[in-house]
Amino acid sequence: MSSAQAVVTVAGAGNKLRVQHLGMVFERDGEAVSALEDINLDVSEGEFVCIVGPSGCGKSTLLNVVAGFLSPTSGSVTIDGEAVSGPDPRRILVFQERGVFPWLTVEGNIGFGLSKLPRAEREARIAHYVQTVRLQGFEKAYPSDLSGGMKQRLQVARALAVNPDILYLDEPFGALDSITRVIMRGELLRIWQTERRTILFVTHDIDEAVQMADRVVVLSSRPAKIKDILIIDIPHPRNISSPHYLELRDELLKQIGLAYEI
Amino acid sequence: MSSITKPRLWESFFWPTIAAALLLAIWHYSVVFTGTKVFPSPMNVKTGVVELLDKHVLWADIGDSLRRVALGFGAAVLVGIPVGLWLGWSAATYQVVNPTLQILRPISPIAWIPVAIIFFGVGDRAAIFLIFLASFFPIVVACVSGVSSVPPVLRSAGRNFGLSTLQLIWRVIFPAALPQILVGVRIALGIAWLVVVAAEMIAVDSGLGYLVIDSRNSGKRYDLVVAAMLMIGIIGLVLDFSIRQVERIKSVRWGFRDAS
Repeated sequence: MSSAQAVVTVAGAGNKLRVQHLGMVFERDGEAVSALEDINLDVSEGEFVCIVGPSGCGKSTLLNVVAGFLSPTSGSVTIDGEAVSGPDPRRILVFQERGVFPWLTVEGNIGFGLSKLPRAEREARIAHYVQTVRLQGFEKAYPSDLSGGMKQRLQVARALAVNPDILYLDEPFGALDSITRVIMRGELLRIWQTERRTILFVTHDIDEAVQMADRVVVLSSRPAKIKDILIIDIPHPRNISSPHYLELRDELLKQIGLAYEI
Repeated sequence: MSSITKPRLWESFFWPTIAAALLLAIWHYSVVFTGTKVFPSPMNVKTGVVELLDKHVLWADIGDSLRRVALGFGAAVLVGIPVGLWLGWSAATYQVVNPTLQILRPISPIAWIPVAIIFFGVGDRAAIFLIFLASFFPIVVACVSGVSSVPPVLRSAGRNFGLSTLQLIWRVIFPAALPQILVGVRIALGIAWLVVVAAEMIAVDSGLGYLVIDSRNSGKRYDLVVAAMLMIGIIGLVLDFSIRQVERIKSVRWGFRDAS
């Protein structure tokens, strides 16, 4: 039994997402390169899980496999007991940048996945999520007229509009400036608390992980294995200068192998 | 567009006018000094234009040329864009078709004239076929490169929302590639306008190209030749200006560099 499996399940809520013995091997210049090795992870319904690890370790690969964009070379991903075989509108991936459709307005982007709905319902849904991500007044604007933070909010709104049970976020705030990033974390937490979706959030930012997640999965460098899973048992809103917060943050830094002093 | 100081309004009209006037002057005095009896002066050309307008042939010829371009170029847009999108999308099809395409592409549309006449006889349809051919290839090539430069993130996003292949091409690939496709369409229209004149010199007996060759053949009326040439230039400019207006539409403007 690895340490990973020992801490997996949070009592109560049922398992939503189950990753078992997941492995991913790429072929590069005729050589097999292992990106993921024996990843085991259970995520409960409504849980916020962050995946951290050194850059290039395979975090994004893991997310792309879980989201169905890549097929694993070994192991399996199941959601509600059903094997994942491809991308699915019930689970939406939010990309780091340039994920919104530049030829559509804010409304058009949010309504992108809603073409099967009757017009009235679609418009109500769009209006609701414009509100949720606070883009009122920008309904007719094109992405080129939006700031980076607004574009990411728009991507989140487009994802939420199709009512997915899981949101996958791949370093969604990685391309934003540090002030916007902090604001966006607050926004995402607010949305998560009102919408109650399961969230799997990849980041290389340790503070981000400790500020937001219920649990933080620490990956090792390539090939990525689960080094540890930390439970962040601080209720929201979190005091980011409390001793317990700092303790968990230090623990995480240590796990990643970073010294206390620069 | 990249200069730091923007020219003042009067300057942006003044200097081009001076340049054009200078050119006209050089032309005029060259005709005067050489005493040529064949080549017309600007004033002769002006009379030529008036004469053409009076006889109402000019409007008919312009109409014929524009109609041929509209049909041939229109067909090339309608066929070329779906074909180009599919070639850009399907690597397998592209591999099979591309070598043939690359051999056909560099053949000047002018070289197709005899073939077009065998296929369609002397007449409108031959000219329209030539214009179609000439504009088809730039459109296809622009589509293929447009599709291949669609960011993978956008494809993934589209797939994530459960789109089928055809839906994905229509709702993501096509709009994402559209700015590049429009560049190809614009080039194609320019070529179509070049080719219609050439085709009309050989394959038909109306249109601006025919006007040029007919003015020369029936009595060496070089004033009319140059008048027709001027009309060809002006209409070409108007066509290019018109198609550039499409680039200002908001849903494609993001893809053009000088967009705000």
